[in-house]
Amino acid sequence: MSSDRIKIVWIYPDLLSTYGDQGNTIVLERRAALRGIPTQTVSLRSDEPVPADGDIYLLGGGEDRPQILAAQRLRGDGGLARAVQSGAVVFAVCAGYQLLGHEFGGEEGQPVQGLGLLDIRSTRGEQRAVGEIVGDVAAELNVPRITGFENHQGVTHLGPNARPFAQVVHGVGNGDGFEGAYRGRVLGTYMHGPALVRNPGLADLLLRWAVGRDLQPIDDSWAGRLREERLNAVMG
Amino acid sequence: MSDLPLRSQLAVALGRTAAKMSRLAGRGDGSVIGGRIGLRLDPELLTRLAKDRKLVLVSATNGKTTTTRLITSAMTPLGEVATNAFGANMPTGHVSALASAPGAHYGVLECDEKYVPMVLRETGANVVALMNLSRDQMDRAAEIWLLAGKWRRALEASPQSHVIANCDDPLVTWGASTAKSVTWVAAGQHWREDSWCCPECGGPLDRRDTEEDSDWACRQCHFRRPRPDWTLKGDQITDPQGRVFPLTGLSLPGRANRSNALVALAVVAQFGVPPEQALPLLAQVTSVAGRYTTVEHQGRTMRLLLSKNPAGWLEAFDVLQPAPGPVALSINAQGPDGRDTSWLWDVDYRILRGRPVWVTGERRVDLAARLEAAEVSFTVVDDIDQAVMSVPPGHLDIIANYTAFQSIRTRYGRVV
Repeated sequence: MSSDRIKIVWIYPDLLSTYGDQGNTIVLERRAALRGIPTQTVSLRSDEPVPADGDIYLLGGGEDRPQILAAQRLRGDGGLARAVQSGAVVFAVCAGYQLLGHEFGGEEGQPVQGLGLLDIRSTRGEQRAVGEIVGDVAAELNVPRITGFENHQGVTHLGPNARPFAQVVHGVGNGDGFEGAYRGRVLGTYMHGPALVRNPGLADLLLRWAVGRDLQPIDDSWAGRLREERLNAVMG
Repeated sequence: MSDLPLRSQLAVALGRTAAKMSRLAGRGDGSVIGGRIGLRLDPELLTRLAKDRKLVLVSATNGKTTTTRLITSAMTPLGEVATNAFGANMPTGHVSALASAPGAHYGVLECDEKYVPMVLRETGANVVALMNLSRDQMDRAAEIWLLAGKWRRALEASPQSHVIANCDDPLVTWGASTAKSVTWVAAGQHWREDSWCCPECGGPLDRRDTEEDSDWACRQCHFRRPRPDWTLKGDQITDPQGRVFPLTGLSLPGRANRSNALVALAVVAQFGVPPEQALPLLAQVTSVAGRYTTVEHQGRTMRLLLSKNPAGWLEAFDVLQPAPGPVALSINAQGPDGRDTSWLWDVDYRILRGRPVWVTGERRVDLAARLEAAEVSFTVVDDIDQAVMSVPPGHLDIIANYTAFQSIRTRYGRVV
C-alpha cells in the first residue's frame, strides 16, 4: 500500500461489468472501511490510461466483443502489466480472468491474444457452463470453501507457472476439475455471484495482500448466512 | 380463417381445445400449450395465420407487455385487433393470439427479443417497434450486442417492415439502422450501463444531456444518434409534422410509461390513427397483467410493481410513493427469474435509505446482503403477508421479480 489508503482500480466497467461485478468493488470498500482503512476507487473507462499506483485492480465479466476490445486496449496501454510487476493485487472474473492469460477464444472461437499476466490459455468449449459452483481453495491461500455462480463457455488450461485457485466440488470451472488460477497476487476465477460477496474470506485475502498485514474480524452475519444457504442449496 | 388449408384449420381447432382444457385445469391462460399443439401439427401455421393481416411486433428488454397493451388499445378504432395480451411472447403465443381472433385484420404481438428474426421471417410484420436493450437474466438470455446484430440481419432481409425505434438507446439504434424505413422516437434511456461503447466500432460514446435533449455520438466513427421524428419533453409530445400534443391523463405511472406511450403513438400513426384520437385510448389502460395494480387488503393499499432486471428497478424506483413511504421487496431465482442473482449488485438501492423496507422471497438473504452493503435499513420476513401486516394501514409499494410477483398476485387476487 503506497499511502494510508487502498486504491482500488475497477478496470473498464464500460466493457467488463456484466454480472454484478460492481459488487466486488463495493465489498472491498466496505470491508476496508469497517476496519478503519480508507479506500479510493477509480472506475476506469476504456478510453483512459490505467494508473500505475493502484493497490487492487478488479476486472469483471463481459460479452465476447467487449472482452476482445478490453484485451486490445489493456495490451496497448501496458499499465496493468507494470502494476503487476510492482506487486499490485489483481482479481479478475470470467472474461476478465481469460484475458489475463496468453490467449482466449473470440466470438467464432478464433484465438485472441491476451495480456500474458497469468500462465493460462482459454478456448471455447462445446457447452456453456451455467450454474452454482463450489470449490476448495488451494491450502496455502487459507480461504474457506468458495461458492459462486458460473456462466461461461470457456475451457482454461493452466501452464506450469500458474496454480489452480480451487478444486471443483460442484460445477465446471476451468474444465479439468479445477477452478481459477493464481500466481503471486494475480488471481482469476470463473465465479461471479459476485464472488467477494459470497466469499468474505476471499475479499479479506485481497485486502491482506494489499495492506500487508492481518485484519481484525468483522460482523459477517449476512454474508455468512448467504454462504451457508448457497452451499446448502448445492451440497444438500 | 376459411382460407386456411384443412390441416391448418385442424391444427387451430386442436390447439384451441388444448388451451381451453389448460385453462379449466387452472394452468394459466393456455396460450402456450395451444400454440405448441397447433405448430406441431402445422409448422407453417404462424405464416398462414399472419397472411393478409397487418401486424405489429413489439420487442425490448423492458416494457414489451405494457407497450403491446397500449398499442392494442389505441388501434381499436381500426377494428378487431389480435394480441397476446398476457406476455406469451414466443411463436406458440403468437399462434394462439392470431388463431383466437380469426376475423381480426390487425394484430399486435409482443415478441421475445431472441425471436424477433424468426417471427419477422414467418409473419413479414408490417411494423416492428424496438424500444430498449439491457442486461437481463444472463444465465438464459442472449448477450445483447449479439442480439442487436441479429436484429440488423433480420431487418435487412425484411424490407417491407417499417421500424419504430428508440433513438435514445444506442444499441437499439444500431439494431434498427439496417431497416429500409425507420421512424426514430426519442423515448429516453435511464439505464446506461450497457451502452458506454459504440455498437458499431467499440469506441467511446459521448453523451450530451441538456434539459431539452439527450444526444449521443461515437468519438471514433460516424455512428451517432439519428434525428428523432417524435420527441417527448416533459409532457409535450412533438410528432413528425411538428404538431405538439400534451401527454396528460395517462393512468400508468412513471417516465417509463410515458416513453411506452410515445412509442405507441408513433406505431398507431403508421396505421393512420392520429395522436388526438389515440391519446384518450392510451389513458384507458390502467394496469397490465397485474402490473401497477392496486390491491386492498386489511386496510393496506398495495401497489404491485414488477421489476426483472437493473433497468427495470430504476423505473420502479421512479414511481414509488415519496419517502418515507414503506416498500416491500421480494426476490426469487426460479427459471423465469434467472437463477443468477448477481444482478442485484447492479441496482443502486441507496435510494431506499430512510424508508421502512421489508425483504422477502426465496432469495431474501441475497437481497439482505445487498441492502446491508448499500447501508439501507431493512427487516427480513418469511413471506409477503408478514410484511403487509407489519406496516401500518395505508399505502405500501411492493416490488418483485417475475415468479415472486406472480405469487403475490395469486395471494391477493388476480386482478388484471
